[in-house]
Amino acid sequence: MRYRYFPGCTLKGQAKSMEDTTLAAAKAMGIELEELSEWQCCGAVYPLYEDELISLLSPVRTLAAAEGEPLVSLCAACHHVLKRAQELMQRNEDARKKVTDHLEVEYAGEGRVLHFLEVLRDDLGFDKLKEMVKKPLEGKKVAAYYGCLLLRPSKVMQFDDPENPTIMEDMIRALGAEVVKSPYRTECCGAYLSVTEEGVAADTVQRILDSARRAGAEILVTACPLCRYNLENCADNEGKTPIKVYYFSEILAEAMGLPSESAQDRGTKEEVPQG
Amino acid sequence: MPRTGVFICHCGTNIAGTVDIDKTVEASRNFPGVVHADEYRYLCSEMGQDIITKAIKENDLDRVVVGTCSPRMHENTFRKAAAEAGLNPYLLEVANIREHCSWVHKDMEEATPKAIALLRAAAAKAALNEALEAPRLDVEKRALVIGGGIAGIQAALDIAEAGYEVDIVEKDPSIGGRMAQLEKTFPTLDCSACILTPKMVEAAQHPNINLLTYSEVDEVKGFVGQFDVKIRQKARYVDPVKCTGCGICWEKCPSKAPSEFEMGLSKRKSIYVPFAQAVPMVPVIDRDSCLYFRKGRCQICEKECPPQAIDYEQQDEIIERRYGAIVVATGFDQLDPTIYGEYGYGQHPDILTGLEFERIFNASGPTGGKVVKLSDGKPPKKVVFIQCIGSRDKARGMNYCSKICCMYTAKQAILLKEKVPDAKSYVFYIDVRTGGKGYEEFQRRAAEEHDVAYMRGQVGKIFPEDDHLVVRGIDSLTNRNIEIKADMVVLAAATVARGDAPELGRLVGINSDSYHFFNEAHPKLKPVETHTAGIFIAGACQAPKDIPETVSQASAAAVKAIGLLSKEKLQGEACTAEVIQSDCSGCLNCEAICPYTAITPVEIEERYKDGVLKRTVAEVNPALCQGCGSCAVTCRSGSINLKGFSNDQIMAEVDAICLQR
Ligand SMILES: Cc1cc2nc3c(=O)[nH]c(=O)nc-3n(C[C@H](O)[C@H](O)[C@H](O)COP(=O)(O)OP(=O)(O)OC[C@H]3O[C@@H](n4cnc5c(N)ncnc54)[C@H](O)[C@@H]3O)c2cc1C
Ligand code: SF4
Ligand code: SF4
Repeated sequence: MRYRYFPGCTLKGQAKSMEDTTLAAAKAMGIELEELSEWQCCGAVYPLYEDELISLLSPVRTLAAAEGEPLVSLCAACHHVLKRAQELMQRNEDARKKVTDHLEVEYAGEGRVLHFLEVLRDDLGFDKLKEMVKKPLEGKKVAAYYGCLLLRPSKVMQFDDPENPTIMEDMIRALGAEVVKSPYRTECCGAYLSVTEEGVAADTVQRILDSARRAGAEILVTACPLCRYNLENCADNEGKTPIKVYYFSEILAEAMGLPSESAQDRGTKEEVPQG
Repeated sequence: MPRTGVFICHCGTNIAGTVDIDKTVEASRNFPGVVHADEYRYLCSEMGQDIITKAIKENDLDRVVVGTCSPRMHENTFRKAAAEAGLNPYLLEVANIREHCSWVHKDMEEATPKAIALLRAAAAKAALNEALEAPRLDVEKRALVIGGGIAGIQAALDIAEAGYEVDIVEKDPSIGGRMAQLEKTFPTLDCSACILTPKMVEAAQHPNINLLTYSEVDEVKGFVGQFDVKIRQKARYVDPVKCTGCGICWEKCPSKAPSEFEMGLSKRKSIYVPFAQAVPMVPVIDRDSCLYFRKGRCQICEKECPPQAIDYEQQDEIIERRYGAIVVATGFDQLDPTIYGEYGYGQHPDILTGLEFERIFNASGPTGGKVVKLSDGKPPKKVVFIQCIGSRDKARGMNYCSKICCMYTAKQAILLKEKVPDAKSYVFYIDVRTGGKGYEEFQRRAAEEHDVAYMRGQVGKIFPEDDHLVVRGIDSLTNRNIEIKADMVVLAAATVARGDAPELGRLVGINSDSYHFFNEAHPKLKPVETHTAGIFIAGACQAPKDIPETVSQASAAAVKAIGLLSKEKLQGEACTAEVIQSDCSGCLNCEAICPYTAITPVEIEERYKDGVLKRTVAEVNPALCQGCGSCAVTCRSGSINLKGFSNDQIMAEVDAICLQR
């Protein structure tokens, strides 16, 4: 299995651990991720005005660079932007012509654009993944946190049922951990409001974490660097049962017996005698 | 040469505002065969008709062309005026210079020559018009009503009272429809069963009404006045003549299945009547769950039935009957809200639809009339109602407003307060729509006197937490997020067409809108007629409707049916197709295309050289032909003419327009 791979900026900095663990796990599973040469930012946010073509230049250049081959990304936000830009290129002839003329590329919306989770589900298969697991995460209570970007708008993203998604839970189960479901798993984390209106983000994050806690989760996994940032920084967890937030790829790597932050945390915890 | 008269109408300024009438009259005088031309402000008025009648007599006219509005509006008026003067009405031709000309143009310079061209074409066609006679057709003095809800019952009663026989075909084991499922009815809060059951009984006892329950329409052939219908009476496995409705069979039956009438909230036996006041009180056996039909063992009902009415060998029966008129009254369904994952319908017993909540109120319902949660049997203290579930939702549901839910939500909130006085209701709405006599007052009473909190906004998520349901939404007036810890949630799911409506429409020969509600012939002026003569519609199968509106429409449909049945003879279609048999090759493509099965093959004898040749050609039955013209355009050799629209006539029109350019 061979894919073109678009990392995106955050994965080279803040979310380096998502890239490292994914690449290591992919290698172990025989999935080849070939990084695009000379890639640039995905565009960061999808332009909600469809006539704002300038912000489409970046994602369309990336899509065209895949040369029609399946293109994989990891960051939920990058994937969202790429997928939506692709759909616009398929649907809106006028926008397509202007953007591709300007970029001097040929692109009409072709090629599969995949999130790595979709590769695991659709191309590898979770049954196969289960067989590949070296150190099942037995006894760990893991909740998935989807946020918005992977799921909506569902008609474009075609990722999973936007209200009742299962893909991350299916992965968690394949890794041998216990799935914990919280009703807030598809709610927004507050996104960039954590910068402009801290109160709003704090409020939403608090609900997400408290609800996961009530459901009995010890670990929350996400595919989005911004979600992780908010989940880790916006809530008040004083005196509450701690919940660790990881990228989905970290527990994936851990289960494959590869180094990851989650494995490390677990190691430390096991070594320190509980007082 | 014909002697043609041309008459041009101003239609006030509707035509005269855009078409230069004087110029048009002058031009008309020069058309071939025209011996007289005139104009008038309103030709359709009595004065206008007089002008035509007089001119025909005075000028000895044998063809008439009127330049007016669409023939759909006044062709009949002018034909009558011509007939008044002794002219065969089919020798008159309408040139539509309003809808086809003055209304679609702004510029008189352009519209005037177009009006002249249309008139010239009409005159050219009129020259070839022939005198036609419309056949006189028999009317079968019996009506068929499809669907035995309140609409069907009301229509049948009205037709029966006028002295005509009516058959009601109802697919369920009992008549009554949705109204039988309701608790009390807005805006007066009278109990639904109390006002419905007398009508059900009246229908059952009426000497002119014949109930065919547990029956469906299999085939409809024929035309207005003479519809030949095949009705499938499904096997009940109970002899209705012997059965006394004692109820021993369903008491003793050991097998259960979810009750359709109770919306699956409780179970019924395999042999059952859907509800206590069912009409007729004759049970049916549901083969899918019955132990005898599934496993060949049991037969308890047969053993227990005192009059020995059980008959496992009963077969479906096909009834063939002729009807003069048909009323379609097949009602509505509720949208299944599972398409909205965020509301969690189907995942928790205390998340209900409006119709399910009606059953919770009902004394014979799944909770015996106690308003309690299905999860734990305790009365709900906080109930959230959400309106417009699937209505007014372009993205995922129906674009239209379901019309009844604002009112029944207010009703249910009032009833809740009456049954559980310390309960609090919250209603999420987009707008509150309560047009209707006493309706606004009713809804205000709910809000002001029954402590119902109305919140403009939408719910984004519902999920269970501990022993309640968390309802998260937004109040769009204050722009605040709202979270309510509710005990019960009621979803006002959209009113949608019955699942089999498209199929039934095709079978009966009427069309529907994009949501599968049946179409009326005119949204204002023909609200109960359809585009098929002799077929009428009533009730919620046409659009979402409450009971008062349904009943009015049912009576209106009945009046139309009665009007039809009261005629001794019907005027048939004069403009029917005819086969020029000498040219017909007998390919019979026309037979396949004719929607009215009016074409059949016949054998004719022709002289050929010295002998006689037998060959097959097509023949049109003028009583069945509706003059649609499909065959005429299908015929490869052009050997079918539609009378009044013959190939020569159409070509003359085309020539009259094109050769002048
Ligand atoms: C929750 C709820 C509460 C309501 N409360 C009120 C209220 O308080 N006041 C009020 O005025 N209105 C109320 N209504 C509206 C009311 O239910 C309708 O106005 C009324 O039932 C419409 O009657 P109908 O005969 O047109 O259709 P239906 O009641 O649907 O009857 C149609 C009948 O046709 C039969 N049928 C269907 N298809 C076929 C077929 N192919 N062949 C043969 N038979 C067929 C069905 O079995 C049924 O018996 C409420 C509706 C709902 C959903
Ligand atoms: S034979 Fe069927 S309907 Fe009759 S009692 Fe048995 S299960 Fe019930
Ligand atoms: S009647 Fe009221 S609740 Fe029902 S769809 Fe219309 S606006 Fe919505």
